[in-house]
Amino acid sequence: MKNLWLFFIRYNAFFWFLLFFTAAVILSIRHNSFQRSSFVSSSNIVVGSFYDKLNSWKSYLDLSTTNDDLARENASLRQKLQQYILRDTLDSIPLTDSIDESRYEFIVAEVVNNSIHQKSNYLTLGKGTNAGIEKGMGVITSNGVVGIVLDVSTNFATVRSLLHPDSRVSVTLDSTEAFGSLVWGNNIDPKLAMLRDIPNHIKAEKGQVIRTSGFSLFPKGIKVGEVDETGITSGESFLDIRVRLSTNFYNLHHVYVVKDNLEEEKQMLEAERDDNG
Amino acid sequence: MFYNIVRFLALITIQVVLFKNIGFYNLATFFPYILIIMLLPLGISNFFVYVLAFATGLAIDAFYDSLGIHAAACVALAWFRIVFIRITLEIDVRQSSDSPSWGELGSKWYLSYIFLGTLIHHFTLLVIEVFSFTNFLTTSLSILLSSLSTFAIILLISLLFYKRKSRVGI
Repeated sequence: MKNLWLFFIRYNAFFWFLLFFTAAVILSIRHNSFQRSSFVSSSNIVVGSFYDKLNSWKSYLDLSTTNDDLARENASLRQKLQQYILRDTLDSIPLTDSIDESRYEFIVAEVVNNSIHQKSNYLTLGKGTNAGIEKGMGVITSNGVVGIVLDVSTNFATVRSLLHPDSRVSVTLDSTEAFGSLVWGNNIDPKLAMLRDIPNHIKAEKGQVIRTSGFSLFPKGIKVGEVDETGITSGESFLDIRVRLSTNFYNLHHVYVVKDNLEEEKQMLEAERDDNG
Repeated sequence: MFYNIVRFLALITIQVVLFKNIGFYNLATFFPYILIIMLLPLGISNFFVYVLAFATGLAIDAFYDSLGIHAAACVALAWFRIVFIRITLEIDVRQSSDSPSWGELGSKWYLSYIFLGTLIHHFTLLVIEVFSFTNFLTTSLSILLSSLSTFAIILLISLLFYKRKSRVGI
């Protein structure tokens, strides 16, 4: 017994190492499973407020580009509005589905922290449960998809960026109704992503627009990017398409969190089907 | 004691404010915060080194949203530190309450200590982050480039705070 004790003391560096290392690895594995919330993340109050403060200084440097972006978005919205007004003057009365109209709500939030240089990238938003943000909501900008809300506290939310190996978004190729999933994979460029699971017989051309399919958290028809390169063979019966993302991850300031009012109903229905089958 | 706390706060701030936003095609990233663990006083107990390394790692993890990964890498670095110091230094130096310093222990010792420590930390960090041996070429390239960049930054920081102290007293 004494010898055993001496053995532990003699090699205490190694045994402490085993203990601490195992603890850390267990933490990281538990954290990796999706939607496991944790206190040690950028949505906790200390880290969140720090990033908030930092961002309030940094945002001055980019005020002009932010203004340009907002002005451009205003212009495009005005143009859309004009189309509706024009249509109204014709005799036909457009019938809008009142359910569809109130299905999605958009919550504006400020990006207080953003990373693009890691293998798994995350963002922090300056709004949390106070503004009605919940886990699992989608996040978009005026020109593309950003990610999915992972953790929420009262005033902050952590978002798993599209630039994360586990992120998947259901998308369609414009003009063909084929849908596939958009992943960043092991890409190292924050401007590019891969479109997977498009069947071989679909013809994809360079420059074709890719939009969200509406099957996942995001509303249908949001532009995600354009086809950049086709004909990458992975040896399977699916096409691999390289996509140039339309979201500018280098320069994110304001994003919209998408609140799907019918999400609960949809999930309940789908769970029911799973029970039966 | 005071210097260690200042060093901890300063390096973590620089890491999350500046170096988190710098990267070269996601292949080379900079983690000079590991200097916190490498420059802890020589004489503190093994257990305390591990606790501080784990805490430093967790603090960085909170800012990087990568729970546990930096903590694991820092613990590996702490182990390296303990073993390296035990093998290379005399017992009286080992028990001093000073930080390991370039001027006191010589370039050969200091540079190899920093370089090997950086390599071990980055190896553990990137292997756990990827958690697979697919694309091992990219991972090893990333380990090499990141280690070199971190090493360069740490050298710069060390040169800035270089103090020539001769132990013989000439």
